[in-house]
Amino acid sequence: MSSVASAHQLAGAGAGRAAARRRRRSQMTEGQRRPGWVTYTVLGLVILISVVPLYYAFLLSASTAEDIARNPIPSPIPQSHFVENVMRVLNSGIGFWGAIGNSVIVSVITSLSVVFFSTLAGYSFAKLRFRGRNGMLAFVIGTMAVPTQLGIIPLFIIMSNLGWTGKLISVIVPGAVTAFGVFWMTQYLSEALPFELIEAARVDGCSMIRTFWHVALPAARPAAAMLALFTFVGSWTNFFWPFIVLGSTNPTLPVALQLLQASYFKDMSLIMAGVVLATLPLLALFAVAGRHLVSGIMAGAVKG
Amino acid sequence: MTWRQRLSRWDVKSAPYLYIAPFFVLFALVGLFPLLYTGWVALNKWSLVKGNQGFIGLANFQYVLSQSRFWDGVANTFSIFLLSSVPQIFLAIGIAAVLNANLRAKTFWRMGVLVPYVVAPVAVSLVFGKLFADESGVVNAILTNIGLDPIGWHSDRFWSHVAIATMVNFRWTGYNTLIFLAAMQAIPNDVIEASIVDGANRWQSFFSVTVPMLRPTIIFVVITSTIGGLQIFDEPRLFDNFSLGGPDREWMTVTMYLYELGWNVQKNLGRSAAVAWLLFLIIVIFALINYAITRRIASSESHPKRKALAK
Repeated sequence: MSSVASAHQLAGAGAGRAAARRRRRSQMTEGQRRPGWVTYTVLGLVILISVVPLYYAFLLSASTAEDIARNPIPSPIPQSHFVENVMRVLNSGIGFWGAIGNSVIVSVITSLSVVFFSTLAGYSFAKLRFRGRNGMLAFVIGTMAVPTQLGIIPLFIIMSNLGWTGKLISVIVPGAVTAFGVFWMTQYLSEALPFELIEAARVDGCSMIRTFWHVALPAARPAAAMLALFTFVGSWTNFFWPFIVLGSTNPTLPVALQLLQASYFKDMSLIMAGVVLATLPLLALFAVAGRHLVSGIMAGAVKG
Repeated sequence: MTWRQRLSRWDVKSAPYLYIAPFFVLFALVGLFPLLYTGWVALNKWSLVKGNQGFIGLANFQYVLSQSRFWDGVANTFSIFLLSSVPQIFLAIGIAAVLNANLRAKTFWRMGVLVPYVVAPVAVSLVFGKLFADESGVVNAILTNIGLDPIGWHSDRFWSHVAIATMVNFRWTGYNTLIFLAAMQAIPNDVIEASIVDGANRWQSFFSVTVPMLRPTIIFVVITSTIGGLQIFDEPRLFDNFSLGGPDREWMTVTMYLYELGWNVQKNLGRSAAVAWLLFLIIVIFALINYAITRRIASSESHPKRKALAK
């Protein structure tokens, strides 16, 4: 509001006053004024909208199927059937314990692998001189725009020929290193790792790989942690490819949720207990490391 | 030259290529090759169970293009895509503008908008499928309570698209908000101040300075959401428990049709591959058109202002 007023003042004021104001403004810029309650109300609403569906899922998971059928709008106070419903999910015919284990294995291995291979490639692109470097980096960035998901049919045929369908390796290998990861680590290392450090290690007689291991990898840690987080979230929530290649015998959590829906669609409290169970680990991770996800997205946006 | 020196020189020469090799090898094997080989599979009679049964030319493409279901899928996909991406970009820019203020507890608000991003699309779909249930859903219950007619979220084509687009918006608006927020913070303060000194009010300076300067970011978000959005599968697949996209395929998308042909009903990978190739074509064309339009809109808006600022 005050900037509107100041603009009016400025329009009618002399050049001297405008200059004085400009001086004052540069000391106390637009961004430094504290916003009023309207701003906080709007943001409060936005966050309410992002959280209410999750709370709704929790309310249903703590309730019973009959109750859900009776009251379309649940009472905001959770009922006491949550543990009971979770136990029913875990003891259902879906093999939910196995799905939790599978999701943990796939997400952890994929994250480690993406971080390792992306840092390796990023280090090479950012700090080593070799012929064709710029062209190859441009190629890597270009591949991000290729919808490789549309190659699933031959990929599925390859996996069947290898005998990998239904095995976790079929989900882990295709995601073991990503263009995004390589690009991300290249960007970070080109700024964060001084050439002097690499030179020093080389002079001390380190081989190339030892230099990478002892100098580049430690320097890459902050960006590597963010990349690991993104990869973890991505593989934990991934559905299409695991659904096709793993099938119902050896599901990850999202595939198990789909199976739960297909076999227990009348039992909403059971399905929602599954939803909560599949979502809670990532929400916990988010509570601990969410700020790094935020700064990761924002850093990526400026560079990308 | 000693053996050791020779080894060390080889190490220096080969290391850069060795380190980037894993990406290129993997991309070739699981990215590029399958994408191209899809074209070959599409030219063959290729069954999920029996494998390749011989070359049949363009018969798979002819079959797919003659199916009204394929065209329904294309229409549904575009409809869901437009309903999700357009409002999402406006919302994200709006929320980013609010977040761009000098807030107390910045990190809290930023994390707050990002919460839906960590929920799997499958889980989002199950929750929203229930929120938008025709009989016992929250949304219809609220509509009835305030005296409106309930909506057939699972029977009306348009409203099912609205429901599915809502899921996409729920998960991605916060993510894109942070991207726009970062872009806004990268705009130098002087530029905004200059416009205010020149007599613009806050709204004017937002629409004629901030938004045009977001142009590269808008193009980036539009292109990435095109590539992802036209392949949408998870949300519509779990929107009801039959997983076929509705009684009359009201919300069946192209990728769902691809799955249905290849794995579900016909087990015909050849036809499925034809769909994949057609979708690939659609995405490429659409991304190019999108790029051209976004560039033109953004540049025609920003052009005069840029000149004004440049002086």
